[in-house]
Amino acid sequence: MSKQRKAVALISGGLDSMLAAKTVMEQGVHVEGINFFTGFCVEGHTHAIRDKDKAKPKRNNSLWVAEQLGMKLHIVDVIEEYKNVLINPRHGYGAHMNPCLDCKIFMVNKARQWIAENDFDFIITGEVIGQRPMSQRKATMPIVAKESGADDLLLRPLCAKNLPPTLPEREGWVDRERLHDITGRSRKPQMVMAEQFGFDDYAQPAGGCCFLTDKNYSAKLVDLWQAQGNKEYELDDVMLLKVGRHIRPQPNFKLIVAREEGEGRFLQGYKNEFISMNCISHSGPLVLIDGSPSAEDLYLAARITARFGQGRDAEQVDINVMQTDGSERTLQVKPLNKQEIPEEWYI
Amino acid sequence: MNKETLNARRLLCPLPVIRTQDKVKQLKAGDQLEVICTDPGVMQDIPAWCRINGHKVLETKSSDHDYIIILEVGA
Repeated sequence: MSKQRKAVALISGGLDSMLAAKTVMEQGVHVEGINFFTGFCVEGHTHAIRDKDKAKPKRNNSLWVAEQLGMKLHIVDVIEEYKNVLINPRHGYGAHMNPCLDCKIFMVNKARQWIAENDFDFIITGEVIGQRPMSQRKATMPIVAKESGADDLLLRPLCAKNLPPTLPEREGWVDRERLHDITGRSRKPQMVMAEQFGFDDYAQPAGGCCFLTDKNYSAKLVDLWQAQGNKEYELDDVMLLKVGRHIRPQPNFKLIVAREEGEGRFLQGYKNEFISMNCISHSGPLVLIDGSPSAEDLYLAARITARFGQGRDAEQVDINVMQTDGSERTLQVKPLNKQEIPEEWYI
Repeated sequence: MNKETLNARRLLCPLPVIRTQDKVKQLKAGDQLEVICTDPGVMQDIPAWCRINGHKVLETKSSDHDYIIILEVGA
């Protein structure tokens, strides 16, 4: 009796990885999913924060995919290890701060380690040649395989017929003829496959599961690094870049202004780590002050805070300033008018 | 049978799921784990994680801004 072969599939929660895993499961291979959490994954975060997104389903798509496929899913925290990928990408960044090729190499490498530790035979990804301008091209496919160390243990079921046979194909663990030859950016072949498998609900068919591909988010990250003079970051930094309006009037401090109640509740959790402000004479948002502001800077920050409250047209408003040790004082300030906040202050 | 509590407040999904997964690895079949979170997404994600990994959700509840899930570790 032949050995039951086992594969681990990188599951992003999108359609391609779902189809890739299903294609191999259909051939009798035992497949389990693995999902790497870098801190920049779009999954979950913002809809958990913002009230306006409350109506959206709060499901984690990688868990949902695993459940649809009836397979186990291992979610792995790679936040710390991922820092080196983002800070020093060997292959550079994409259109924004997305180090897509290095990211793929990193994740396949982590999967390679995982299969060695867990006695699995090979790795599956949902990569398609030509689908992504940086990381999914004909030229990058062998780079990912080689630099990750996975070599021919890496099977891409959706485009395998356009690539040299891998070990699982040569050994007959999977039938190459039942794999696919998809290329390019069109989603039609995947949608046809989804229909054939009976998947009528799937997430983000056009991809895009990482904040680092977002122009505005990337600008905030670059600003953070410039302000602190190095490319270090902690998870809280990454989270806060996703929340609120970010305004930097001076290089030494910025304001994070809650845009609505849900964000205000989220920022409340950081009041013992940042100076915070809110208007007490009128209603207004919670504001965190990030950096090392002088007394004069705090006065300016209070005037900006006032601008975003209901007292924006008043002659004077009262702004409560709370230090990280809990001590409080009130500043009486005149709100800045719209013209006094230059566009370039908005990050 | 042990009963343990995991404080996952202030963490946003999938971190509460990851912390739950890591904690469950240290427990034995039949042990119970109470996970206390503030991200409402856990009410969907932790039960889904339990279903695909063979654990049983005994109770879910919410109070103020806390979301609490009690699960029993599967075999």
